[in-house]
Amino acid sequence: MNRSPDAIEIAPGTHWIGALDPDLREFDIILKTANGTTYNSYCVRGSDGVAVIDTVKASHADEFFKRLEQVARYDEISTIVLNHLEPDHSGALPELMRRAPQAKLYISPKAQLMLKALVKSTDLNFNIVKTGDTVDLGGRTLRFFNTPFLHWPDTQCTLVEEQSILFSGDVFGCHFCDARLFNDQVGDFRFSFDYYYAHIMRPFREHVLDALELLEPLPLKLIAPAHGPVLREAPHSYMQRYRQLASPLLHNEVGANNKSLLVFYISSYGNTTLMAQAVVEGAESIAGVRVSLYDLQVCSDLPFVDLIEEADGLAIGSPTINGDAVKPVWDLLSSLVAIKVSDKLGAAFGSYGWSGEAINMIEDRLRGLKLRVPIKGVRARLIPTEDELDRCRDLGKQLAQHLTGTIENRVIPMSELLAQEQSHA
Amino acid sequence: MPKANVTFEKLGITISVPAGTRLIEISEKVGASITYGCREGECGTCMMKIRSGMENMSERSVLEDKVLQENMAGSSDRLACQAQVLGGDITVKA
Repeated sequence: MNRSPDAIEIAPGTHWIGALDPDLREFDIILKTANGTTYNSYCVRGSDGVAVIDTVKASHADEFFKRLEQVARYDEISTIVLNHLEPDHSGALPELMRRAPQAKLYISPKAQLMLKALVKSTDLNFNIVKTGDTVDLGGRTLRFFNTPFLHWPDTQCTLVEEQSILFSGDVFGCHFCDARLFNDQVGDFRFSFDYYYAHIMRPFREHVLDALELLEPLPLKLIAPAHGPVLREAPHSYMQRYRQLASPLLHNEVGANNKSLLVFYISSYGNTTLMAQAVVEGAESIAGVRVSLYDLQVCSDLPFVDLIEEADGLAIGSPTINGDAVKPVWDLLSSLVAIKVSDKLGAAFGSYGWSGEAINMIEDRLRGLKLRVPIKGVRARLIPTEDELDRCRDLGKQLAQHLTGTIENRVIPMSELLAQEQSHA
Repeated sequence: MPKANVTFEKLGITISVPAGTRLIEISEKVGASITYGCREGECGTCMMKIRSGMENMSERSVLEDKVLQENMAGSSDRLACQAQVLGGDITVKA
């Protein structure tokens, strides 16, 4: 495969000047890549100035500067745009600013903190841009679109109006390295595109849908993302794919107004199973809640993360073994980083032999994931008594009432809250 | 002792607390999804929104104000580990 060191023209006067990283096999710890990635940077020439859009990872700066030097002199660069400040795009920024000190830097409002953390200088000059702001390069107009949380708070997209080119940052990108660059020339990268969405964008799908509202109406000829192929053939089809991926995977066939509560459990001797069944019984006594019960022993074989993404609440039952919740529970909880779970309702319960720490630990993790955990979990020493099973039923009932908005609203004295805490410890 | 009623909007729970209580003391007990870092007003992790009743909260200290500004907080944001309730009704987004 040709690995030319040349800049590649993607439209008249607009070049790809990024870097190839074909040997990378693992990106940011969480992502695998079968053939590496690219750090895409672009150069836009107008009659009054030259803009550089994004830079590359610091380790690949030489490659980037060699390509940049083929299409522009440093003293011509009037504008630097960073669509996203993650180090794989901002790594060469300090050196670029040193070589082109006259250039004005344009970033989104939320990028300021990150810029200061990345470029340790007290003498930083930058311009904040929002949706609709423009920079005129002379016959080439850069228009900015604020698209936060794709996948950092700072992310934005930049359009070259006259060329209908969207520099999209990480969104619509993927980790796929192919020097042929354009989507109609590179190898089949569709799996990389979907995989990138699933691991990078999925937790932010509501923001993806907001951004699509902003970007879909644009009459684009080309999407130039910050990683992977440049999308010049059917660029809008990649937006449609994002819309498919960001739309709910499952539909609640029991009715749009029904809430969904998932009860997960795992049990050594059947005691936590009894408690899970009681939680379900209690929850089912409230109309308007669809309750589902799942055994976590088969955790790795079933798409529980997909179910949780669509659910309104989840209760997790675990025995305490050696002072901890059991591994399948932690496996499930650690998988939730791939989806948005904040503001869902959470609860924990379980049987124990000596100390019963698992419940508090699960509750803490649920709170750490920003779930609401308003009801103290239920613990039972070994075989649950009828009274303890009633408390499980009550837990399920209260969860369902929270979900349906029918919980009794009363003022709880702080002393009562502290007493609950004591009895639970 | 004067009391304040603090409502956690997302939880749908109201707690009656003595005046002078810090929000962190209540939110931890009630199970609100506020995460904490240093608990000393320096890291900004526990920044939260006050929906109503800001007039019933303690004034921002110099330290809290500095950290809030650094985190580009709005006028309704407070640090749960620093802000105290003084009385009346307060609703927080948590």
